[in-house]
Amino acid sequence: MYLDHAATAPPRREVLEAMWPWLTQHFGNPASHHEYGEVAKIALDDARAKIAALLGVHGAEIIFTSGGTEADNLAVKGIALADQERKHLIVSAIEHPAVLEAAHWLERFGYEVTELEVGQTGLISPESLAQALQPDTCLVSIQYANNEVGTIQPIAELAQVARQNSTWFHTDAVQAAGWLDLNVSNLGVDALAISGHKLGTPKGIGLLYLNRRLEFEPLIHGGGQQDGARSGTENVAGAVGLATALGLRAELGDQAARLSGLRDEFICQVEALGAELTGDRTARLPNNASFVFPGRSGESVLVDLAARGIVCSSGSACAAGSDEPSHVLTAMGFDRTLAQSAVRFTFDETFTEEALAEVVAALTLICG
Amino acid sequence: MTEIAPSVYLDHAATTSMWPEAVEVMQQEFLRTGNPSSLHEAGRRARRVVEESRELIAERLGARPSEVVFCSGGTEANNLAIKGLYWARRSANPLRNRVLFSSIEHHALLDPVTWLAAHEQARIDVTPVDQQGRIRLDALSEAIDSNPADVAAITTMWANNEMGTIQPVREVVELARAHQIPVHSDAVQAAGYLELDFAGTGLDAMTVTAHKLGGPVGVGALVIRRELDATPLLHGGGQERDLRSGTVGAALVAGFATALDLTVQHQSESGPRIEALRDRLVRGIERVVPEAIINGDPETGPGHRLPNIAHVTFPGCEGDALLMLLDAQGVQVSTGSACQAGVPQPSHVLLAMGFGDAAARGSLRFSLGHTSTAADVDRLLELLPAVCERARAAGLVRSRTS
Repeated sequence: MYLDHAATAPPRREVLEAMWPWLTQHFGNPASHHEYGEVAKIALDDARAKIAALLGVHGAEIIFTSGGTEADNLAVKGIALADQERKHLIVSAIEHPAVLEAAHWLERFGYEVTELEVGQTGLISPESLAQALQPDTCLVSIQYANNEVGTIQPIAELAQVARQNSTWFHTDAVQAAGWLDLNVSNLGVDALAISGHKLGTPKGIGLLYLNRRLEFEPLIHGGGQQDGARSGTENVAGAVGLATALGLRAELGDQAARLSGLRDEFICQVEALGAELTGDRTARLPNNASFVFPGRSGESVLVDLAARGIVCSSGSACAAGSDEPSHVLTAMGFDRTLAQSAVRFTFDETFTEEALAEVVAALTLICG
Repeated sequence: MTEIAPSVYLDHAATTSMWPEAVEVMQQEFLRTGNPSSLHEAGRRARRVVEESRELIAERLGARPSEVVFCSGGTEANNLAIKGLYWARRSANPLRNRVLFSSIEHHALLDPVTWLAAHEQARIDVTPVDQQGRIRLDALSEAIDSNPADVAAITTMWANNEMGTIQPVREVVELARAHQIPVHSDAVQAAGYLELDFAGTGLDAMTVTAHKLGGPVGVGALVIRRELDATPLLHGGGQERDLRSGTVGAALVAGFATALDLTVQHQSESGPRIEALRDRLVRGIERVVPEAIINGDPETGPGHRLPNIAHVTFPGCEGDALLMLLDAQGVQVSTGSACQAGVPQPSHVLLAMGFGDAAARGSLRFSLGHTSTAADVDRLLELLPAVCERARAAGLVRSRTS
């Protein structure tokens, strides 16, 4: 049983089928000015238009990237480096490393980075953001939903606070995409990053929405593809796959509500075994249930679950194998030992009552 | 979706169709899941695929597995190489602010280098090329000697993408070695047809991309010596020995490894076969369009010209007109790099080689590949005289009306 969808989701059949022709017979380079190129370009433009419609933005505002990490890097570095006047950035302390590391890298160029503290459930209050803003803050980057604990931030309110300061707002929506509203006007953000492989595409494709009014510095220079925003031969199959995957997720309908109900039931039963919920109880991704198991090692719980055929993780896959406790949990006030007892379950809409019962039974044996 | 009629694809240097075996390997990987960084079985399996692919690629390129850094393709690898080396070498010693590169580099190096000059106070030293498009070692040597201590990096492509001219990479390395200056080479076009012995050449970094070899778009590698310090372009999870963060897709790298492996395996057979086709094409053009001028190194073989590329000037014709007329007949060619197609500017490569504006605009690049046949070449030759005539007539009309 695979319960690590936040690390990566299995590619979906419909997505692979949509990609197939672009991996086989229609292999042209969209920059080529002959029929093979034109056909590829039409597919690329079509994928861009579909995604733009889902986000409620213009096609020209969608930049395809190699994934979420590149999209986050492009947003943070690209926006900051283009703003030579204002050299202060705000990120939350619980951002994915793709944002945190990108922001701190800018320090070598004289930028100053404020890491915004979060509450015990990982929430960021608009008031604390307002206090942290400076006249020279060029960018705020706060994730839409956290990858480890599933906490959903009040993005629209936070973006509003930034806007009042004329500060650009980027959100890492890698975990939120597929579950939460991605309409950019509703959110009021200037940049938003999405990764395909968390939504059912193969790895190697992602996108950044970037407000057209924004000046930014590209990270990858070259042939000038994508209006110069991101050079490099476009991955047509990947773009088609991403458009398909986002379209499928938009049709989820009441699955998210059903899953939230199941998630709450699961949380309730796991808490009864002595585990402690991490993250917010209500402002929470429908597919995330994460805990600490006081007095245990998260790693041993994982091993015991794996022995029973249940696959989950301690947190971010990127940090897997490291002895350091999660920076997300420590920022939320957990001590190191408790943070090292973390176990994260992330499922998708195929999760059922039966699966829930099986995991709870396994945990009962392990924790008993 | 428009259906493409059976056609003659002579633009393999822009991108080429995938090896069926590479498609198959990717298909298998697509159906599995797992993040290579995850510790559980699905993750470990994905990691195994990535590491086995890395080993195979390293072996085929004469490098060590730890020297292969996966990324999204040639453009990213070139950006990482030149910016990464510049930043790292300059932080180690602020005097090192000069980048030496040749006048015929691909835009994926020309543009990042230009950016370094505009934003990072880099000084650019452009090494000229001769009429065949080969870097002038005397000029490079002089440029280095003018002040070896301030050179951050040297980059020189292995074989040019428009002309196919093979560059004296080993000699460049020799010149640089005396001063311990790192040398990077863009081997994107060379990888399909030349034996790339990374260790043997003494290079410090080398770019390769999958989709020019019959692998997928979206994956490539920077081969870079372990002891060399380079600043990453993408920060985050710290994948690829911290040089390139981001989840690497097992399917993409497996497709890449399979394509490179097949390419290298078939090289001794496909190289001469494609070279014979290219010579048939060149001789044919000389016969059917006698005024055409064949560009680049007239000699073939290792050290001279890639076996799959022919670059030809058609006097009095616009390359764009030729391209469109041929395309309408189902023959795909290029006026140069796909990355600059549509930009109504003569190629910087041709200008660097001393072409005039008109000649530079009146040229076509024919590039063959693993699926090319004699019938493809003959079809082109059959169409070419009439196409040239029409393009010339169109050119005359335009010059009269403008």
